[in-house]
Amino acid sequence: MEHFTFDVAHLLAGLMVLVSFMLLYQDRMFGLLNVFALHAVVLSLSVAWQAYIQSAPHLYITAGIALVLKAIIIPVALRRVVVRLGIHRTIDTVGGIGPTILLGMGLVALSMVVMLRATAGADPLAREDLAFALSVVLLGLLMMVTRRNAVSQVVGFMSLENGLILAAAGAKGMPLVVEISVAFSVLVAFIVIGVFLFRIRERFDAVDIEALEEFRGERQ
Amino acid sequence: MLDLAVQGAQMLLVLALAPLLLGFTRKVKARLLGRQGPPIVQPYRDLARLMGKDAVLAENASWLFRCAPYLIFAATWVAAALIPTFATGLYFSWSADLIAITALLGSARFLLALAGMDVGTSFGGLGSSREMMFASLAEPAMIMIVFTVALVAGSTQLSAIAGFMLLHASLRVSLGLALVALTIVAIAENARIPVDNPATHLELTMVHEAMVLEYSGHHLALIELAAALKLLLYISLIACIFVPWGLAQSESGPVAYAIGTVTYLGKLAVGGFLLVVFETSIAKMRVFRVPEFLGAALMLGLLGTLLLFVSRSF
Repeated sequence: MEHFTFDVAHLLAGLMVLVSFMLLYQDRMFGLLNVFALHAVVLSLSVAWQAYIQSAPHLYITAGIALVLKAIIIPVALRRVVVRLGIHRTIDTVGGIGPTILLGMGLVALSMVVMLRATAGADPLAREDLAFALSVVLLGLLMMVTRRNAVSQVVGFMSLENGLILAAAGAKGMPLVVEISVAFSVLVAFIVIGVFLFRIRERFDAVDIEALEEFRGERQ
Repeated sequence: MLDLAVQGAQMLLVLALAPLLLGFTRKVKARLLGRQGPPIVQPYRDLARLMGKDAVLAENASWLFRCAPYLIFAATWVAAALIPTFATGLYFSWSADLIAITALLGSARFLLALAGMDVGTSFGGLGSSREMMFASLAEPAMIMIVFTVALVAGSTQLSAIAGFMLLHASLRVSLGLALVALTIVAIAENARIPVDNPATHLELTMVHEAMVLEYSGHHLALIELAAALKLLLYISLIACIFVPWGLAQSESGPVAYAIGTVTYLGKLAVGGFLLVVFETSIAKMRVFRVPEFLGAALMLGLLGTLLLFVSRSF
């Protein structure tokens, strides 16, 4: 049983990576938002488990913020945005889903290689946590790169931020003030992006970012 | 000498149980759909009747078409008999290697696809090409699962893996991913519902049935029996790797073997029941979506292997 705490931490962090892949795999807008909520739920579970094994009560607050803000408020708000804007319910991807997933596997392998080299002397718990967190961050970036629709790019950004929180929870000693400010900056970012979505839509009648490229003269 | 007898009992047990498992899944499925369903022993009757009939051969069938059923049956039976069902450490356990079992199943599939194309009807060719398309994704996925399990347990031999899992049962994310991936591969390999419908003869959707369309008589009986053995094989494989409790150790007495047999029957019943519940709750997917489904298995296997590198070692 002495390995139990480690195994559960590993399981939850591994689940985060898996749900990141599910985000990449989704091709429906509402499905994407549901999976994003699941991502946040797994994140809050993982952070709560870290709080328990590190006996760091302030991490419970982080877990609570993740649960309320990211698993409930942001998905519901995004869902409203999607309904009000009347966005297409299917998601356009650059390249197919298959190549994207393969690229994602490459990124996971890369983050394992980098992290295991970089943190050779660290505590194994923090080590695996950082490796998983880096994969989640890279997968979020990949999602932002491969989606054409602004809403799914926002989801990619939020999942990237989940990866940052996972890293912060695993590395002992991140102050609560920083975490709360990060959480609120994400909320602010979400609001700003939301406003932008409406402005883009007013201007171009679409939230497809190709319209922006045309406007900037990058594409004839 | 006793070892050899136990191994022989195991070989006969899988052969005897395979049609029963098929009959059980059909019965449960019928009940879940609100029908009466055929009796559980119906597959035995079907096989007996097919065995008694003459095989009708197409005019341009070659020797391959006649040999293939025997070879397919033999390869599948050997593979199924190697998996520890009620006891580990049997006489032939040293050869019960996961890669060898995958290879045996692969050669059976190869022969079946060749036989499907041999007569030259378009359905057979269609079925063979689809089967090969699925196989090109299912086999790498299976190999990745084997890697994951072998890296965890330190061996590709099933008896050793089962023994390891009994000792070090724990919550490992890689093993969970491997279990899901193996389930997906098992569903695809056995032509069960989201991939192929085992009960249909509707030409647009069939894969396995299209390949065996030209077979009749005792050839068909052998192929049907091989298909039943394959289903039993995959359920036993999942049970042996992920739920090894109740398996008798080598050199233990008849009581342990009896307990092992009873738990094995229980595992088969649970496995068959879960399969049927899954099948009745899902619709068949289009053929061109199957690669995505199998690709998910490949991805899970790959991810499971990758995650092992940040995991603790035993």
